[in-house]
Amino acid sequence: MTTSDKKKYKVIGTTPIRHDGADKVTGRAVYGIDFHTTGMLWGKILRSPHAHAKIKSIDATKALALPGVHAVVTGKDMAVARDIEVEAGETSLNYMHLSDNVMARDKALYKGHAVAAVAADTQHIAEEALGLIEVDYEVLTPVLNGREGMKSDAPLIHPDQTTKIMAFRFDPGTDSGEKSNIAGKSQLKLGDIDAGFKEADFIVEREYTTSWVHQGYIEAQNATAHWNNDDNITVWNSSQGTFNQRQLMAEILKHPVSQIKMVPMEIGGGFGGKIPVYLEIPAAMLSKKTGHPVKMTMTRTEVFEGTGPASAAQMKAKVGATKDGRITAAYAELVFEAGAFPGSAVGAGAQGMFTTYNIENVLIDGYDVVVNKPKSAAYRSPGTPQACFPAEAVIDELAELVGMDPLDFRMKNAAKEGDRRADGVQHPEMGNLECMEALKASDHYKSDLGGPNRGRGVASGYWGNAGMPASCSIAINADGTVSLAEGSPDIGGSRTSIAMMCAEAFGIAAEDVHPSIKDTDSIGYQGLTAGSSTTLRNGWAVFEVTNQAIELIKARAARLWETEPENVDFADGVFFSKAEKELKLTFKEMTGKLMETGGPISVAASVAPRGAGPSFTTHMVDVEVDPETGKVEILRYTAAQDVGTMIHPDYVEGQVQGGAVQGIGWALNEEYFFSDKGAMLNASYLDYRVPTMLDLPMIDTILVEHANPDHPFGVRGVAEISVVPPLGALANAIYAAVGVRMRDLPMAPHKIVKALQEKNGKTK
Amino acid sequence: MRPIEYVAAKTVQEAVTSLAEKGDAARPLAGGTDIIVQLRGGRRQLDRLVDMKAIPELNELTYNASSGLRIGAAVPCYRVYGNAEVAGAYPGLIDAASLVGGIQIQGRGSIGGNLCNAAPSGDTIPALIAHSAVAEITGPGGSREVPVEDFCTAPGRTVIQSGEILVAIRIPAPAAHFGACYMRFIPRNEMDIAVVGVGASVVMDGNKVTACRIALASVAPTPVYAAAAGAVLAGKEATEENINAVAEVAQSAATPISDMRGTAEYRTHLIGVLTRRALQSAIQRAKGA
Repeated sequence: MTTSDKKKYKVIGTTPIRHDGADKVTGRAVYGIDFHTTGMLWGKILRSPHAHAKIKSIDATKALALPGVHAVVTGKDMAVARDIEVEAGETSLNYMHLSDNVMARDKALYKGHAVAAVAADTQHIAEEALGLIEVDYEVLTPVLNGREGMKSDAPLIHPDQTTKIMAFRFDPGTDSGEKSNIAGKSQLKLGDIDAGFKEADFIVEREYTTSWVHQGYIEAQNATAHWNNDDNITVWNSSQGTFNQRQLMAEILKHPVSQIKMVPMEIGGGFGGKIPVYLEIPAAMLSKKTGHPVKMTMTRTEVFEGTGPASAAQMKAKVGATKDGRITAAYAELVFEAGAFPGSAVGAGAQGMFTTYNIENVLIDGYDVVVNKPKSAAYRSPGTPQACFPAEAVIDELAELVGMDPLDFRMKNAAKEGDRRADGVQHPEMGNLECMEALKASDHYKSDLGGPNRGRGVASGYWGNAGMPASCSIAINADGTVSLAEGSPDIGGSRTSIAMMCAEAFGIAAEDVHPSIKDTDSIGYQGLTAGSSTTLRNGWAVFEVTNQAIELIKARAARLWETEPENVDFADGVFFSKAEKELKLTFKEMTGKLMETGGPISVAASVAPRGAGPSFTTHMVDVEVDPETGKVEILRYTAAQDVGTMIHPDYVEGQVQGGAVQGIGWALNEEYFFSDKGAMLNASYLDYRVPTMLDLPMIDTILVEHANPDHPFGVRGVAEISVVPPLGALANAIYAAVGVRMRDLPMAPHKIVKALQEKNGKTK
Repeated sequence: MRPIEYVAAKTVQEAVTSLAEKGDAARPLAGGTDIIVQLRGGRRQLDRLVDMKAIPELNELTYNASSGLRIGAAVPCYRVYGNAEVAGAYPGLIDAASLVGGIQIQGRGSIGGNLCNAAPSGDTIPALIAHSAVAEITGPGGSREVPVEDFCTAPGRTVIQSGEILVAIRIPAPAAHFGACYMRFIPRNEMDIAVVGVGASVVMDGNKVTACRIALASVAPTPVYAAAAGAVLAGKEATEENINAVAEVAQSAATPISDMRGTAEYRTHLIGVLTRRALQSAIQRAKGA
């Protein structure tokens, strides 16, 4: 379903076949993992079997003696990268930490941490060689839980680490000076929290935990690198940002950016997990040592153990409301396990936590705590699914205490334009309340549950979205088509959406624009394919280049019509003379006359747009719980989201549905199951349970098109937020079905049975 | 993974000889849905795989209303549930064969292979036990028969000795008013390993149960034949109370552990739930037949 009061477009809002469709459905598209080149060697990573261990020595003599083995690299071969913090799209990142994560130097900090890499003639020889590398470890006590790690007597993972403290939004921060596993403490503060709670008639305070979860992209990490004799490095891989990775490569390898070329191959999913570099560094180092291109791919187990999942969190939430249902104050404490290095998404989580509501008094304390687990990475609205879970669950309890329908309670407190987030920022124009109203008017809301042990839950969510720079170039062809070059890896259909905006601007068909995604030597700077920003920012770049091209073509028409360019106008795909109405030529006709009026036209532009436009959403779910087995069946699911102006509605709907499905997995069954020594025991898709087709109903969508006023085509980021509400919505639905509040994710069947037994006073 | 010798045996004798030559460093290959995964994952190292799929006898599926069913050890699951006569006579086996792995696995993986893999969670094994199946084994020393409940000895280990192969699984013809069912619990609805599996069969005389067999998966180092549980119901009416009594004895027959798929406590609870449900379904089927 679509609600709409938008302006009329010819191409925008239609659903043409994607430009990369034929290649992808026939299997011809070349993904990073498909790449192959002459003289290529295969690399493999040796990984630590221990969650926390000192590396006393590494002896690769026997591995190097194995026929077919060419080289081995270890942390000793790595330069020491700069110890500085930089922005990395949705989370921050420190070059030295990233380098130490790519290859352990003195200590292995999690099971699966890379400690050496080998290059050989074949994958099998490389695997065999791994077993011949002798590593002498001194096993240390691991820190496996955030709250445990915060204690003053916990073993220190980074012995020199102290706590960075940020008291409020524009605070440059101070340093605690005390050694701790707490890498960062942040606080968002609005109003007077004590006064707010004094005003409340009802206060609910609860504790919640979530588990480590993985993005679950299908294509495993991969990289092929060639360090040429002239010291130019080329990397073919699938990533969420070639320019960002080029910078990371340059910092870690201490190599000039100008001598690194990143070639974007097709990418099989990322969700934030393909922002950091992993294999790119050892592949380049092995290539330098051997003189050959080196290809490395991860197994699924390596992806689980050695990349960046989303943090587990231990959280408290306390919310107060008056008898008439006004929320007066909200407090939260968020402890996020960052993994082996600082930099969880706790800050983003805090920013999104109570943000769908207008609450005058808010205090959120966030802790970024290092533990001996893989370094967390971004995952679709990073930090926000974890943080919104307690917010939405406590608000559901409050609605019950107040005696209001949970959707009405949310509507009464919904944030509107001009209201302030907990960090003080005012909301721009957006469609938060419209989503809730649309859900209330839906058939789903009006439907009966139709049976026992069934319940309905709702939850809302916020995600700020990002801007980031973009570049594109167009070349106008004499047949009326346009070659469109950009550089953002296309995960969610961005290349077609960008081409559609180009087509709209010129008044031609989407099929007449030929988009391609270029390497870092062939296009201007691009931000990450992250933060739901790609269609938004590349749309801005397209707006720039098409406007410039139209001006250039106007001048050509003026030459044809022997008049001045200012006398020529362009509308609905037609160039015309303002003075003589019969003088008009379509875009296509004009392109055939470029050669005779001064030669070909091409335009390039770079932009750095702001005003991304935040995302708001509310989801509703019906479940049936089997009280004997604890199994949760999802009967019906509806996601209402403010999606701005939709460029390609099918992709938008797919994004909303895909995020909801990931959130459902997070809520019900997905978790890293660790041994007491910190080893992940379920590092395969058999036992790491993402939902399958048979576990899901159709995810219905209500797409509210509240155009982003700060974008030329009204685009608003759409791709991330839908992963946020399912956690709370399902917990609330399970409560409505069988009367137990589940506060520990995942809400696995055995936990539900236990909760029901406790509720019923039975132990059978 | 090192190179492995592949031998496609044409006869039972050739397979036995080829396996015996290499001892523990050789294994039979049928669908390969377990062994290839184990080899690639480094969980098993072998010098030789002996393919069973080219041996005619191991690919035969024969059913006769008086003598019963004989399933060649390499017959994939889909052929078993795709045979209407077999499907009608052995409902518990069909339940299991049609939920092992996924559609692709069922197209390749054999019931014999599922048995020889001897996973505690092997779905077809409790079903075979409930149907009183017998394993036909041939080796250098000749042939022998072993009831399926005695076949598995430890996780991944069976009574099969070096050089021996499973030739077929034989299941007797079902008695009149026979019913069976296999049920498992998984957190998802497909592509999963049983947290608990229960196979149940009954022979009915009106509402009276004359014989009952219960077998369990994923609750002990091997699939468990809970003979004492079945005995509770023999000669009794199929009442809720009596069915509950069977479930309680079944619970005591298990020695579950806590792992990533479920806690011991939860597994014990599920044995009760699934035994009741599987038994009720078997009774319904028996009455309907």
